Amino acid sequence: MPVLRIPTPLRAYTNGESNVTVNGSNISEALTDLTTQYPALRPHLFNEGGELRAFVNLFVGESNIKDLQGVSTPIRDGDKIMLIPSIAGG
Amino acid sequence: MLPQLSREEILRYSRHLLIPEVGLEGQRKLKNSSALVIGTGGLGSPVSLYLAAAGVGRIGLVDYDTVDSSNLQRQIIHGTSTIGKLKVESAKAKLLDLNPGIQVDVYNEPYTSENAMRIARDYDIILDGTDNFPTRYLTNDVAVFLGKPNVYSSIFRFDGQVSVFYAKEGPCYRCLFPEPPPPGLVPSCAEGGVLGVLPGTIGTLQATEALKVLLGIGEPLIGKLLLYNALDMSFDFVKLKKNPNCRVCGPNADIKELIDYEEFCGVPSHDHEESSGIGAYDITAKELSERVKTNHLKLLDVREPHELEISKLPNAINIPLGQLASRLSELDSAEDMVIFCKSGSRSMRGLELLASAGFKKVKNLKGGINSWAKEVDTNLPIY
Repeated sequence: MPVLRIPTPLRAYTNGESNVTVNGSNISEALTDLTTQYPALRPHLFNEGGELRAFVNLFVGESNIKDLQGVSTPIRDGDKIMLIPSIAGG
Repeated sequence: MLPQLSREEILRYSRHLLIPEVGLEGQRKLKNSSALVIGTGGLGSPVSLYLAAAGVGRIGLVDYDTVDSSNLQRQIIHGTSTIGKLKVESAKAKLLDLNPGIQVDVYNEPYTSENAMRIARDYDIILDGTDNFPTRYLTNDVAVFLGKPNVYSSIFRFDGQVSVFYAKEGPCYRCLFPEPPPPGLVPSCAEGGVLGVLPGTIGTLQATEALKVLLGIGEPLIGKLLLYNALDMSFDFVKLKKNPNCRVCGPNADIKELIDYEEFCGVPSHDHEESSGIGAYDITAKELSERVKTNHLKLLDVREPHELEISKLPNAINIPLGQLASRLSELDSAEDMVIFCKSGSRSMRGLELLASAGFKKVKNLKGGINSWAKEVDTNLPIY
């Protein structure tokens, strides 16, 4: 199954888990599974209308889903999905 | 015409001159080049030290802060002997000690929409080492408008990111992050902490990228983002593309000049404890110490459990901010309550959350437990 990498700022909402195995054939299904496993993540990823927030960057392998098919981007077993956080520390 | 190297310089840079990719010509290029480093903190320390050591002819340093002992766990350009001094002056002295043959220009002022274009205009390259979102967007937009490479890195706890945002040849920061995260979602280093060596690792990579760009060698991280995690010791690379809808570098860009970045991000452009006036919901540590003598007050500590090992207030209950929404049933909205954290910003978000859930009798401890440690109980450590 695909594995979703959780960045440090969001691990507070996944009981500290850094890699979460998710079910689904595309990004949308994987995120539904992720937020079912960890409901506290939901408001950080989606707006009130249920759309992915603009600052949330998801990559499948090396590619941004915005450059693929968005949340409909298909995923396969073994795919590494990365949530890339906005961080600003210096 | 590139400047010549003196006999002393040839000896000083001999290890560079031996590398064919640098050589005499590359070293003369570095001598002729200039780099502006925004922020003289965790990232700015290794970045400016290595650029100075490498012989970049002119280095600009922008910072308006003074050196504090809590900086020294990571900001290795400063020292115990420069605590209390201006960061730019402390850094300049160290850089000129390392390499007296370079020029260091300092800007002891906040980097803002008013001065940024003037400051950045005369530099070949800009290095983003700031500690907050408004200045990161400002740094990006300045680099786009001036057509200069923005060598970017940022850090949080164990995570680091590095890229070269150069709108002439690839994406800019806004192509990846069109909008900042909502205020409060991503803690700053002052709030969330950072492993001291992390800016060393990441800043050194940032300096490497800057030198490659100045020398015109190798493959700079244009269109690529490096993601580093110190705990996993993982380096991941992702590809970045220019966003056709980018508001500053896209074909239909609608942002043509610098904007109000604090308003855009909804947060102040610094990573400090707030010291502005007392808000309607604030209570000072002094006031609180009087109130607890006479009134019954519930004290709600929204810090993380590991922070309680550093300092705590007697009789306070602890619900970490991230759990507050799901643990409201443990609190009584009819009770007078004072909410606090380390320095007052997390607790302010907790107060907003409580207010939206109908809690009307909550005050925020201004300056957090650190202000209690300063003003009331000086035996308590400040962190």
